[in-house]
Amino acid sequence: MTLQTEIQDETPSKLSVQRVSKRFRSGGRVVHALADVSLEVGEGEFVCLVGPSGCGKSTLLNIIAGLESADEGRVLTAGVPITGPGRDRMVMFQEPALFPWLDVLDNVLFGLKLKPGLSRNERIEVAQFYLKLVGLEKFTRAYVHELSGGMKQRVALARALAPNPRVLLMDEPFAALDALTREQLYGDLQRIWQQHRKTIVFVTHNVREAVCLGDRVALFSAHPGSIREQFKVTLPRLRDINSVELARYATEITAALRGGAAAPEEYAI
Amino acid sequence: MKRRLKALLFFVVALAVWEALFRAKLWSPVLVPSPFSVGRYLYEAALDGTLWDATVVTLRRLALGYVSGIVLGLPLGLLTARFRAVRDTLGLVALGLQTLPSVCWVPLALLWFGQTETAMFFVVVMGTIWSMIIATDNGVHNVPPIYARAARTMGSSGLDVWLRVMLPASLPFIVSGMKQGWAFAWRSLMAAEIYVTILSGFGLGNLLHYGRELNAMEQVIGIMFVIILIGLLADKILFSPWERFLHRRWGTEQ
Repeated sequence: MTLQTEIQDETPSKLSVQRVSKRFRSGGRVVHALADVSLEVGEGEFVCLVGPSGCGKSTLLNIIAGLESADEGRVLTAGVPITGPGRDRMVMFQEPALFPWLDVLDNVLFGLKLKPGLSRNERIEVAQFYLKLVGLEKFTRAYVHELSGGMKQRVALARALAPNPRVLLMDEPFAALDALTREQLYGDLQRIWQQHRKTIVFVTHNVREAVCLGDRVALFSAHPGSIREQFKVTLPRLRDINSVELARYATEITAALRGGAAAPEEYAI
Repeated sequence: MKRRLKALLFFVVALAVWEALFRAKLWSPVLVPSPFSVGRYLYEAALDGTLWDATVVTLRRLALGYVSGIVLGLPLGLLTARFRAVRDTLGLVALGLQTLPSVCWVPLALLWFGQTETAMFFVVVMGTIWSMIIATDNGVHNVPPIYARAARTMGSSGLDVWLRVMLPASLPFIVSGMKQGWAFAWRSLMAAEIYVTILSGFGLGNLLHYGRELNAMEQVIGIMFVIILIGLLADKILFSPWERFLHRRWGTEQ
């Protein structure tokens, strides 16, 4: 296997969430985290799940990741039901979750080591390719604590992309970063997504972030967690989160999120 | 360099004060010998080999028991962290026995094994193993759960998660457990050597004991210096590299 074939992008997969429900027991009370949620995500589509905290959007992401199981319903990737975590669906968390005992390169290599059919040199080449993609090729031998928050998330992105997944699951990955760093990453993520077409499910509570990144925005409501409305975002890419158009779009969705007037007909699906 | 000079100056002054106290003859020279006679004892004992032999005997006992304690304690600690049943049983035993000063094992060891190397080995292992179990268990429980989750999404599972994530992630705790185990083992071995004569070899503790029997204060103080020196060297040689590694990787250096 050569580097070229290895980093050649896997075809993104279709995701199909079918009538998923999930309950938690917390302090003697049963919390209905997800109630009968269905969602279709197309191949290479970028979908953002937006909602207040506790609305179940992260739970849904964890179920798609295979880290939690649904009480009812099922999730299919490329037509196959999910039974557990898998390299075809990589996850980026809000915390970078990088391993401090490894340097940057070894962190990116972690998942690659479990991928069969690659020699050590090939793995290193693949890791370096993705570190370059996120702009960190000069930091391969740095330790995690030496990096800024934004750099850490870039490493986490490289680590998630390295095993060449078909789906990328992102759970508020930029929430803890400062505004300037975040805006840079919006640009980078859109660019990478356009070059290396992945199916992306992106969880956020920030409507503007969702409008900036997503082809589609699914609006969650809590108690019980369910998808209330979905909006298609047709703004041209690369989108700038500070643009007036985007802000207008976001304002209308926010109004719907607050439970005010329904979103204008033209955007609602 | 300036720091070293200051430190050197401190010790020279301390020795001078000691010598001055000796010369003032406030106490009998049997109780407060001159630093020179302590130095002469150490020099002669080193020359005729007694000091060297005793150090080797002691360090061999320590190394054997300490390494065994760690090799046994680490996997047992991982088991207590992994399985609730082991935690409720062995974990509780470890917690209890760790509070027992390890020198309290000496009478039992003597009755079981007699005045043999095995008794010494047993005491040192008992000094090490419980700290090691508790520290490892503690370390695993302090690993941020997100590490294991992240590893699982990358295709890691079962033993692989334990070896490549939980174990290295608990290293800061494991190293401090190793340090504590060393301290307990070293103290209990010294106590055991002072307390019992083991015919298969005279350790530093034995020399200390005979120094008392012979009223040879310069021997007692000289051997105490050797024991302190070994403790300091162990800290520098055994633990400093680990701690530097942890500081560098985890960024905990001030």
